Amino acid sequence: MQILAETQGNVVYLHLRGEIDEHNAHSARTKADRLVERYAGSERAIFDLREVSFMDSTGIGFLIGRYKRFQRFGVPVYLTNPTNSTDKILEMSGIYTLMPKV
Amino acid sequence: MVNTMKLEIMALGENEAFARSAVAAFALCLNPSFSELSDIKTAVSEAVTNSIVHAYKHSGQHDTLSIECRAEGDEHGGILHITVTDGGCGIADMEKALLPFYTTLENDERSGMGFTIMQTFMDGFSLESEVGKGTKVSMFRKIGKKSVVATMDDVAVKERADAGR
Ligand SMILES: Nc1ncnc2c1ncn2[C@@H]1O[C@H](COP(=O)(O)OP(=O)(O)OP(=O)(O)O)[C@@H](O)[C@H]1O
Ligand SMILES: [Mg+2]
Repeated sequence: MQILAETQGNVVYLHLRGEIDEHNAHSARTKADRLVERYAGSERAIFDLREVSFMDSTGIGFLIGRYKRFQRFGVPVYLTNPTNSTDKILEMSGIYTLMPKV
Repeated sequence: MVNTMKLEIMALGENEAFARSAVAAFALCLNPSFSELSDIKTAVSEAVTNSIVHAYKHSGQHDTLSIECRAEGDEHGGILHITVTDGGCGIADMEKALLPFYTTLENDERSGMGFTIMQTFMDGFSLESEVGKGTKVSMFRKIGKKSVVATMDDVAVKERADAGR
């Protein structure tokens, strides 16, 4: 799983790419948290899920974990472009009440 | 046609992707749609990950889990049965474990949605577990448009799954 950060003005886009499961989430967490720190001054953060080819419940925990960190800096978090199967899991988990889909 | 497959693998994180891909490859004999396949992969990933992260969290290196699949049908569809079994610590309170958002590993960023996802993504689900002996998850998924007449076994599994909800 890869993470790429891109800024547009004061908004940071975090592009997630590949498969998110328990095994590969470990290294992605460390990397994502470094990006959270780096972009802590953003007006908002948007996770772009377009290129997530597989996700299980690990993805829910992963996104909520990063949400909590962004929250410490007062940065609101949004989700965008989930594939159908990713959307199904996220919808079920109620995560969109924390991180609205845009 | 009846087709079966049995896989025994070590309970390692490295095997998560292999396990779900192997089941997906086996399921191809029923010619599933893309979304049916991705539901199956997700449910298998949940069951296998549970055996890896929960079942053996206090034990040694030679722990294994097994995955058994049985496909009934043909290229127009059918039914796919999957069981995932481990010989791990077992689940003391199954009723609680099945609740959405219930997890015993909150600090590891687990969400407690695994069993809920398995039950939602599959057409039948049942859980057997014994403390100190292990856990067995049985699930099935109907594939394709062809109407499938579930066997009595399937009905029993489905009823147990509903009762567990
Ligand atoms: N194979 C197993 N062996 C032992 N305990 C298990 C097993 N599977 C599940 N459990 C127990 O049941 C609980 C609920 O499982 P479930 O998959 O719903 O959530 P989780 O694994 O904690 O979190 P998530 O799946 O969302 O990452 C687990 O926290 C664990 O205590
Ligand atoms: Mg789980």
